[in-house]
Amino acid sequence: MQANGAWTAEVFITLKPSVLDPQGHTVQQALRDLGYRDLASARLGKYFVLAFPGRLSRAEVERQVRRMCEQLLVNPVIERYRLAVNRERVRP
Amino acid sequence: MTFGVVVFPGSNCDHDCHHLVSRVLRQPVRYLWHGESRPPRVDCMILPGGFSYGDYLRTGAIARLSPVMAAVRRHAARGGAVIGICNGFQILLEAGLLPGAMLRNRSLRFVCRYVFLRTESRRTPFTRALPPGRVLHVPVAHGEGNYVCDAATLRRLRREGCVVFRYAAADGRVGDDVNPNGSVDNIAGICSARGNVLGMMPHPERCAEPALGSTDGRELFHSLLRTAARRRA
Repeated sequence: MQANGAWTAEVFITLKPSVLDPQGHTVQQALRDLGYRDLASARLGKYFVLAFPGRLSRAEVERQVRRMCEQLLVNPVIERYRLAVNRERVRP
Repeated sequence: MTFGVVVFPGSNCDHDCHHLVSRVLRQPVRYLWHGESRPPRVDCMILPGGFSYGDYLRTGAIARLSPVMAAVRRHAARGGAVIGICNGFQILLEAGLLPGAMLRNRSLRFVCRYVFLRTESRRTPFTRALPPGRVLHVPVAHGEGNYVCDAATLRRLRREGCVVFRYAAADGRVGDDVNPNGSVDNIAGICSARGNVLGMMPHPERCAEPALGSTDGRELFHSLLRTAARRRA
């Protein structure tokens, strides 16, 4: 990992807790079958890594990413999201 | 009545829809490429099934940003007829032209078979000429047909007669056991408050000729044509 001035925004998207997640449930069952009997639940989500030039301010990067989420990346009817903005380049 | 079949990259039921209109209904029809922001005006717009943009990100999520969607919105706002079939329905949901969202089938399986639908509402021109409760035999083919919406939206849809089709048995009995995807309230299709925009997961264009095993699909379009004719008279 090297600090190079550029921004990296990570967006974590998951289905809302009220929405049924059959994929998560299936993964949970498979993990329990592997022996992980303590696992209470598993839910699947999406992860985006968005890169921005370093000349922008942190506030501007966050603003743009939230707008991207509202306009395209997230379906607010069934999904919710959180984001993390960092200065270092993150290797996915 | 003139028809337009919108074609997105990845649409694959556009030809079947075109065939239904031109050969079975014998009405003028043209393809409307997704990139045209000002396509020629038509009386009815069809958003066909398929895998627009590969279903990337979310099914229908990227297609709703295509330039042609501005024309679809204008057409719907004017009261023009719009029918979204399968992926077309998903696109209408993502575009906000219909409420709710689509999830993966509860079984996680792609379901490809005939189902029965009970016609629950005659609010749309596609069902106005059908007798109430008419049962239709129509095929589905989808992996993400699990329609969901919040409780308030469901109440409103039911109250305003916007639930158009529910999955049923051959005798018209609606039930969870005959729902292929787990959709809320066994909903297979809904319409906008005005009734001019219809979205449905099953494929009426695949059952419009005797050779295909069912002609129930063309009844929706006969109803549309009869309703339009009545309005113009």
